[in-house]
Parts: sequence; C-alpha cells; structure tokens
Amino acid sequence: MKKILSLIMSALVISSAAFMVTGCNSENGGGNGNNTEKQEINVFNWGEYISNGEDGTLDTIKSFEEKYNVKVNYTNYESNEEMYNLIKESNSSYDVIIPSDYMVAKLIEEDMLEKIDFSNIPNYDNVMEKYKKNDFDPNGEYSVPYSWGVVALAYNKTMVKEKPDSFSVLWDKQYSGNILMFDNSRDAMAIAMRLKGITPTKITKDDIDIASAYLKEQRPLLKKYVMDQVFTEMEGNQSALAPYYAGDIATMMENNEDLDYVLPKEGSNLFIDSMCIPKTTKNKALAEKFINYMLEPEVAKANAEYLGYSTPNQAAYDLLDDDIKNNKLIYPDEAYLKKCYTFSNLPTDVYNYMQDEFLKAKV
Amino acid sequence: MKKKRKIASGIYIALVMLFLYLPIAVLILYSFNNGKTSVWKGFTLKWYYELFNNSAIMTSLYNTVIVAVIASIVSTVLGTLAAVGIYNMKKTVRTVVTNVSNVPIINPEIVTGVSFMLLFTFLGNIFNFEMGFWTVLIAHISFCTPYVVLNVMPKLRQMDYSIYEAALDLGCNQRQAFMKTVVPEIMPGVVSGLLMSFTYSLDDFVITYFTRGARFQTLPIQIYTMLRRRISPTINALSTLLFVVTITILIIVNVREYRAEKARAANS
Amino acid sequence: MKSKAPAIPYLIWMLFFTVVPLVMVVYYAFTDKSGAFTLNSFVDSLFYTDVFIRSLWIALISTVICLVIAYPLSYIMSRSSGRARTAITMMIMLPMWMNFILRIYAWVLLLQNDGLVDTAVKIFGLDIPLMGNAGSVVLGMVYNYLPFMVLPLHAVMLKIDDSLIEAAKDLGAGKFNVFRKVVFPLSVSGIISGFTMVFVPTASTFLVAQYLGGTGDKMIGDVIENIFQRDKNVGSAISLALMVIILILVVIMNKFGDEEAAVA
Repeated sequence: MKKILSLIMSALVISSAAFMVTGCNSENGGGNGNNTEKQEINVFNWGEYISNGEDGTLDTIKSFEEKYNVKVNYTNYESNEEMYNLIKESNSSYDVIIPSDYMVAKLIEEDMLEKIDFSNIPNYDNVMEKYKKNDFDPNGEYSVPYSWGVVALAYNKTMVKEKPDSFSVLWDKQYSGNILMFDNSRDAMAIAMRLKGITPTKITKDDIDIASAYLKEQRPLLKKYVMDQVFTEMEGNQSALAPYYAGDIATMMENNEDLDYVLPKEGSNLFIDSMCIPKTTKNKALAEKFINYMLEPEVAKANAEYLGYSTPNQAAYDLLDDDIKNNKLIYPDEAYLKKCYTFSNLPTDVYNYMQDEFLKAKV
Repeated sequence: MKKKRKIASGIYIALVMLFLYLPIAVLILYSFNNGKTSVWKGFTLKWYYELFNNSAIMTSLYNTVIVAVIASIVSTVLGTLAAVGIYNMKKTVRTVVTNVSNVPIINPEIVTGVSFMLLFTFLGNIFNFEMGFWTVLIAHISFCTPYVVLNVMPKLRQMDYSIYEAALDLGCNQRQAFMKTVVPEIMPGVVSGLLMSFTYSLDDFVITYFTRGARFQTLPIQIYTMLRRRISPTINALSTLLFVVTITILIIVNVREYRAEKARAANS
Repeated sequence: MKSKAPAIPYLIWMLFFTVVPLVMVVYYAFTDKSGAFTLNSFVDSLFYTDVFIRSLWIALISTVICLVIAYPLSYIMSRSSGRARTAITMMIMLPMWMNFILRIYAWVLLLQNDGLVDTAVKIFGLDIPLMGNAGSVVLGMVYNYLPFMVLPLHAVMLKIDDSLIEAAKDLGAGKFNVFRKVVFPLSVSGIISGFTMVFVPTASTFLVAQYLGGTGDKMIGDVIENIFQRDKNVGSAISLALMVIILILVVIMNKFGDEEAAVA
C-alpha cells in the first residue's frame, strides 16, 4: 500500500514538473495557453521543405508568426498521396498545402481547391512569367509555384565503384541490400516505366502492370522504401544508392562528402510544387497572407538556399550566389531538361489502380 | 557443486542484463556525441539544449501528461463503480459483461486503433469535427478502464461482506457504510488500476496513432515523427532523460519501502 | 452495495466505444465503397496471406525464444533471496518503462553500419548485414517482449514449494525427473499466460519490421497501417481476420492451460 502511494506521489511530482517545464515554455511562445485570441492557420507541407532556423538559417514559420502576431500549426507529409488521403478522409481543416503538379490538377478536378485572390498576393509579381501558367493549372487560378526540380540519383562514392549513368543501377545485384527506392507510387513507377521505354506522363493500367512487375523484381535487392528517411540513410553512409529530388540530394552532399549525384541519361521527372489553398480552409485571408509572405524575395531566397531546390521566384533567384545558380544539379542544362518528363493527372481508376499495385509490389 | 551452480546462474543473469541494457547504454552514450552519425566526435551537451528549446517536443510532452492524468482518473472512477456494479450482477450476466470489458485487453492494439478511427471518422463526417485531443482521450479511457475493473474485482471478491452489514447494523446509512467498509478494502486495487492506466496511457503509441487526427501530438507520436525525419541526436537526449526520470521514481519508491520495512522490523 | 446501478455508466461507455467500433470494423469489412454488401474485401485480402503466415511464424519463433531465455531466468530468480529477487525483477521491468519505439531505435543504432555490434562483428572478420532480415526482426521482438514472458513465469515458480522439490529428491528422483515431474507441470500455467502475452502483440505489432526488417519482412500490422490510409474496406477485412485468428488462439491456449492445470 505504501509502495503504491509513494508511486502515485512520484507520478504526480513528475507530472507537475512536466507541467512547469512546458508551462514555462508556452509562455515564451508556441504553447497552448493564453493566446486564444490569436488567429491561426494550418500549414501542411512536405518534410524538410521549409527553412526552419537550423544552423542560423531563417526560421520561416516563427518569423511569419512574429510579423503578423498569428499562430501557425505546421505539420508534415511525406508524399502527395499521403497528403491527398488526409485531406480527403479526415475532417481536418488545412489552409495552405504544397502539392506537386499532377496532384494540383487532381485537386482542381475534384473541386478541392479554393480560387486564390491574387489582389491579396502582391508578391506574385516576383514569380517568373514562365511558371505562372502551367498545364496543371492552365489559367493560373489555384496555385502559386513554390519550387521546382528534377529527380536525380544520389550515390556513395566509397560504396559504388563505377560512376553510374542511369537509374538501371538500382536493379544491379552487386549493390543488393544497399539500394533505396522511393516510397511513393508515382515516383517509383515512373523510374521503372522509363527504363522499360514508357513515357510516364500519361499512363494506362497496362503500363502500370509492366512497371509493378519490374518493381517486384527490384524489391529483394532493396534495403528500404524511403521518403524523408533518405537523409539519415545517405548522410550516415548506411546505403549506397538512392533516387531522390535534386534539391535534397544537394543538401545531402553538403552534409556528407562521400556523396555525389548523377542525372540519369534516360531523363527523369521534372516537377513543380505549388502553394494552394484547399476548400477546407477556415481563414483564407490569412492563408493568402502566408503565401504572399513566402514569395518575399528574402524569404524565398532563404528557402531556396535551405531546401536546395530550384526557385521559380525571379527576385529570389537574383539574390542567390553564383555557385548555386551554376549548380547543374539544381539548375540543369536545357539539354537535360528536354529529356525530362512531367506528370499529368490520371483518371481516378488508373490512379487508384497504381496505388493498389504499388502497395502489392512492396509486400 | 552448489557454488558452481551459483556462478553459472550469476553469469546467466549478467548475460540477460547485458542484452537488456546494452542498447539503452548506447542510446544514452550517443546523446553526448558531438556529431550526427554513429562516429564518436567528442562530448557535448548541445542536444539537451536543443531538446529544451524544441517547442514541438515540449508541447507533446504537455499533451501526453494531460491525457494520461485525465484518462487515468476518469477510468479509475468509471472502472471502480463498474466493478461494484458488475460484482452485484447474476453470474451469467457478469460473465458476458466481463468478457466484453476484456475485449480491448485481448484484442490486438492495432485492431482497437483502427476500430476507433472508423468510429471517429464516421461520427466526424456527421457532426463535423476532426480527430484530436478529445478522440485520443476517449480512446485512452476506453482501453484503460478494463484494467481498473480487472484490478478492483478480485478485491471485491476477497472482501468480507459481513463487515458491510455490520456497519449497517451499527447505524450507518448505505453510503456511509460503503465509504467506511468497502472503499478501504478495495483501495489497493483501485490504486494499482490508476497506476496501470496512467502508465499505459503515457506510453501508448498504436491507439493514439490512429485516433489523433493530423495535428494532435503526444510524446510517443513525436518520437515516431522524429525518427521518420532526418534523425537528430536530440532523440537520444530525450530517451536519456525519460530513462533517468523512470530510474529516479523507482529508486525513490524502493528506498521508501526498504525504510518502511526496516521501521516495521524495528518495532516488532 | 447491492445495486447494479454503478456499472451503468461503464456499460454505456462500453456499448459506444468497445462494441460499436468493432461493429464498424465488421460493417466495413463486408461492404464496398458505396456501402453495398460484398465479400470482395476478403478476396482482395487473400493477396496478403503470405504476410499473415509470416507474421504468425515470426511471432511464434520470437515467443519460443523468449520462453527459452525466460524459463531458466525465472527459475533462478524464484530460488534467489528476497532482496536479490526484487532487484532482478526491477531491472527486468525497467526497460519496459522506456518508449517502445526508442527501444527499437536503440537496436538500429547497434546494428547499423559502423554501429557497435556491427563493428564488433567486423573485427571477427564477418562482414554480413545485421539488419534488414527476419533475424533482426525476431531480435527486436524478443528484446521488446521478454519481460512479458519473465513476469508470469516468475510468479508461478515463486509458488512452487521448496519442500516439494526436496521430497522428490528424497524419493530418489534425479535432476531431470525433478524438473519433469515437479517443476515443469507446476509452471505450465505461467508458460501459457507468458505465451499469450508475448504472442498476441508480436503477431500484430507494426513498426518493428519497418525499422529492423528488410523489404521482405513486412508484417501484417504494417500492411494494415498502410492499407488503411486509402482503403478502409480491405483494411477492415484484414483487421477482422487478424482479430478472429488471435481470439481463437487465445481461447485454445486458455483451454489447453486449464486442462494441463487440472492434470497437474
């Protein structure tokens, strides 16, 4: 009995200590406490996709909160599909999301996006003309481009002897157990399709069957299917090869000198990620304010530097150092971009089929 | 011969302890590593500094404790009352009720988790709410209460019913008799039920994962998210602190118990 | 004191939050997206039969290994002095207080390239991947659930009276016979409850295989989690199947346990 009582006592002591610690913390910002009168927005973004104040960079969210005296609930997703499922299935309200091209088109088609009021976004002028109207949003009414890039191959020079030139190395048995692969259907299938001679822009169920058969062949050679975990794996010398987004590969290379990149000879996916406001929004004006803030030259520059992705923002681009502008991984030659393909929106049944088949290929 | 066996036993226990504690030791060691990978780059405390400045971790710690406190108290009240009521039921009814009550204990956690998710998304679509603090709290109460019932029931069965009747004969009303005779008898069961609920709620990952919605974070969820992202040794610092807190509690409890025993021995 | 009324709040609570959610799993398992009755979800989930069998198999191996490690340990504990016993029990319980994801992550740190165990193994000239196979998954499971095996075993062994063992020895039983005729029969109920306490969570857990296993070691818990993100119907069908199998196993184990106990 005594034992139990004292256990309770200690539990209470610990919990009150925890309250005190967190209590202190919430006073100097970020807490649940007394800021109910503050306006809030929910920003839903890819992991590792915003400058977060690490190592002296701009803390984008915090500085926005301070500037406008609002609260931002910032959460992450790892793939377009994950984001889509959450928006569709849960009743959560989101105010700003940053989907990729084909997903923007899908969301528009399913009437899940708000039209943006561009009079609230004066900084839209900073966006390069060629990125203002895209195939996925032909009239440029629903989306504001945030960054673009290509998919490339990262490899560890100490583990991979010969410099690869194609994604086909991801099927090379000599690297068995050291290969990583995209953990999202569209990117993984696209790599497989391209190697099988299919252009992954518009696809059919037959194309998906070919790709998933090829992915099943690859599975025993893989170490893992990854998204954000790719950083830990590659930076910590845990894996030899990984296809990933060019900007992230640039970040990994900064953190690990043993890493290098390849732009595969068969070409890869060229993507544009855009800021959008889903219909679930409860504070559209503030969401637009946030988007406008993200387009400010200094903010966009800080993000472009931190992410390592290519920026569609002319004002930010002008501020960048020359060695970033000349980096062929981040801003590839026209010749390479010509080999690249974009993704277009798929009919719902094909989209679902691709999701199911990818899940099965992974098991 | 006996000595030999004693040494063998000692070695065996030492090996098991090595197996149990080596991983934890390494986890703690790397919380002081001045580098992000498994290569040792010198001693640092910077990950602890980062930990306390990480508002996401602190918020989730706060959420975890709040949920655990409320859930354990509510389940204890609900479960204790239920145990008294169930004790008074006819045998067949009692068996059915206890079996249903035990479902969350026997059922795989993941099934309990998804069943709550189905319920809450369904209700959420009708009444237009999103999952978060309340849904997590309800789920926690639901899987904690059966443990309280389980802990209180045996105490009721062991109780001598005639004491209660004696209290009534001596002029207590029902309520007084209950408080004065029954409550002290079942108290140990109630308290261990409360403690069990508290620890299970603190540590739950699976059920919270399915009922938390998109934004509500508890500490186990935060740990999960941190491991999916680029891993920073802050997580090792967090593990170390959690471990130290646990050890401290257990030592305090045991020292007290040891002293109490000694005092008792001295008195007799 | 005679009243059943105090149970009413909990009965209502159970109805809404234990019974109704399970009914919903059943409902989703037997319907399609439009809500019409169908068995297609079960047909679709047949694709995952291999994963199912693998999960049960990994759980079985892990449980047996737990038993093999825990049995002598519990026996030693039950024969030690009071103080030592409390200390050992506490030390076995202590890791359980640590978050389970962190416990798994600790093994990732040990087994990964250049991790402590990996380095040690390399010194002995072995360069084999320690992670990403069924073995490392079993290791993680054993580490996680070993205490659940030790505690019930220890509890029943404590109750075995020393004089019984002495008596058996006096009657001329050898060590093996003492074990076979006295210790083992008296510990069966502990084995049974330890077995259920380890087997059920191991078979259904998710994350462990994701962290420690390779691409060929996915377990049914991981599949359920994955599938639920986009297909509630198939997800429910698999969950229902998992639940039924586990419940049947638990019932069988308990029956078996009762009979054994009756014989002993």
